Amino acid sequence: MSLRLALLGSPNSGKTTLFNALTGLRAKTGNYPGVTVDRRLGAVDTGEGEITLIDLPGTYSLHAVSEDEAVAVRVLKGEMGEAPPDGIVMVADATTLQRSLPMLAEILQLGRPTLLVLTMIDELKARGGDYDLFLFKKLLGIPVLGVVGNRGLGITDLRENLADPSSWARPASLPEPNTEARFAWADDLLHQVERHPVQESGMTRAMDRILLHPVLGMAVFFAFLAIFFQAIFSWAAPAMDLFAGTTDALADWVLHVFPPGLLTKLLADGIIRGVGAVLVFVPQIALLFALIFFFEASGYMARAAFVVDRIMGWAGLEGRCFIALLSSYACSVPGIMATRSIPSPRDRLATILVAPFATCSARLPVYALLISAFIPDTKILGPFTLQGLALMGLYILGGVSAILFAALFKRGLLRGASLPFYLELPPYRFPSIKSIAVQVWRRLRVFLQTAGSIILVGSILLWVLLNFPQTETPDHYTPAQAQAHTLENSWAADIGHSMEPIFAPLGYDWRINIGLVASFAARELMVSTLAQVYAYPDDGEEFAGLGQLLSRNDPITGKPPLTLASAMSLLVFFVYALLCLSTFAVVKRETNTWRWPVFMMTYMFAVAWVGAWATYQIFI
Amino acid sequence: MNPLHSAPATLAELSQAGVARIRFVQGDDNAAMRLRELGFTPGTEVSFCRQAPFGGPIVVALRGYQLCLRVNEAKRVLIETIGDQK
Repeated sequence: MSLRLALLGSPNSGKTTLFNALTGLRAKTGNYPGVTVDRRLGAVDTGEGEITLIDLPGTYSLHAVSEDEAVAVRVLKGEMGEAPPDGIVMVADATTLQRSLPMLAEILQLGRPTLLVLTMIDELKARGGDYDLFLFKKLLGIPVLGVVGNRGLGITDLRENLADPSSWARPASLPEPNTEARFAWADDLLHQVERHPVQESGMTRAMDRILLHPVLGMAVFFAFLAIFFQAIFSWAAPAMDLFAGTTDALADWVLHVFPPGLLTKLLADGIIRGVGAVLVFVPQIALLFALIFFFEASGYMARAAFVVDRIMGWAGLEGRCFIALLSSYACSVPGIMATRSIPSPRDRLATILVAPFATCSARLPVYALLISAFIPDTKILGPFTLQGLALMGLYILGGVSAILFAALFKRGLLRGASLPFYLELPPYRFPSIKSIAVQVWRRLRVFLQTAGSIILVGSILLWVLLNFPQTETPDHYTPAQAQAHTLENSWAADIGHSMEPIFAPLGYDWRINIGLVASFAARELMVSTLAQVYAYPDDGEEFAGLGQLLSRNDPITGKPPLTLASAMSLLVFFVYALLCLSTFAVVKRETNTWRWPVFMMTYMFAVAWVGAWATYQIFI
Repeated sequence: MNPLHSAPATLAELSQAGVARIRFVQGDDNAAMRLRELGFTPGTEVSFCRQAPFGGPIVVALRGYQLCLRVNEAKRVLIETIGDQK
């Protein structure tokens, strides 16, 4: 059994960067049993053997007020089903010791071997601060090491010191166990060792004058949003096209090379295209997380939360909830994972419950298809066209609905005393790129595990439903009639027909219902299902004109699959319905109960149905 | 009348004084405890940085760092102004 050390520190102390510098990719992320707090363990090579480092959630004190702080405290006290750690490594930002040193006193009172790591030593010097480290160590009694985490300075020395916590010197003096005494103790200590006080960061002051300005700050905030969206939609596009092209080519190659038959079709259409449907989102989600971690570590996210807090406050949420909602515009799976930074369980739940209203990228193919098929490309004003405005309208409808429903939940279902809102505005810092890369990789792995397995199973299941039971096709049928025949006799058709009482009032026929059933697994499956249902082998350029296929008279039924009214109704249905099993699974994981994902699925379906029905009535 | 001279001033009114000293944090619930642990202890010097428009949160500096608080939380911190504002 190797030694176990706990890494503890307040938010913004540089703890995560230090953990990543010490452990790199050799860290495992999981959940603590019964709670949804990240449990991160990493192996550290000390030169004299390996030790296990436990990265505890950031906390300002051992008097926990949120779930993740409570976990940190329980791990330290050995109440999480494991023995207490063999030693505690406390991380403190050298520039904010006046605030963080009192927590050290709290930790020392636990009586376990403790080592203090001072981070941001370079920034301390740059801002004119200087401590008598020798005297500091003497007065504290315990080992104190200075590091610069993002440049790796002092890390080797620290590794060596982690080998044997039992040899760490014990504290010289401890204050009375109350908050005021701890602050007095820290103030007294710092007074003795401080040679020069730290100056306020001039760069931070100058940047805040612009970024937090009532008018300019808003402008910068909207520019930030624009860059954010531009990045996740445009910059990720080439990589996404490459992934999509590769999986398509691979599937075609399989169809071409392997003997024709059901197994080949399953491999190509079910498995390869199914996995491809997930992989195609990987570049976008990686970029999304990279941007979030970058802006978080740089200090801007806290400022953005400050700027939007007034609006979020109206909805009963706080500034930090906005980050999760913003992420959900790429994909609600990472968005819901990002709610972990929200301290209040009620705010967190309210954010989770509305996050899927944000227009995720899986809706974009569906929106683009329906808009191009049914809305004329008329110029309205300048560069704006009716199609573009329709798309923007759908995005805004999603965002506004999310805020409105959050307000509704916080005033009803999730009413109650809220946690105090406080948010540290750390100095602006240039983040460690290596540390960000490590964090992005960890999140991607969770995404691939959660979404990957569900979409793979979903697309195999869908393929089976669309192709079975296999029936004899009369010889005189054209290929189009043969395909229609297989579909009409499939299990999918049975499901589509059985859904007619529910969806007929919204203007959908049983074939559209098949697409809807498929998109309950994942929204983007709607497009590929419609392509399979409505494109016939003798159509020629089938994929280029899926939009036209939806508005033309179907050669088999003689009617168009969708009209303007039913297309509008379908768009509204997609704005509101929770058509995503991955989201369902991640909500189950993050709330630890089936109750919330089931509730979400139900209320969103109800809203979607009513909204789509009303839209259909307006346009018909 | 300057409200600072009538009722006991709170952190929410700090913008008028600029710099003040903490008297104490009212209450004994989690919010009050956390404010104390963030450094709002008696005698601590705190200065006003800015406020978001339309009654949004305020930013104050204390103990070498900056903290953003909503007005509701700030009202629980009683302060005394340093020096005379006359």
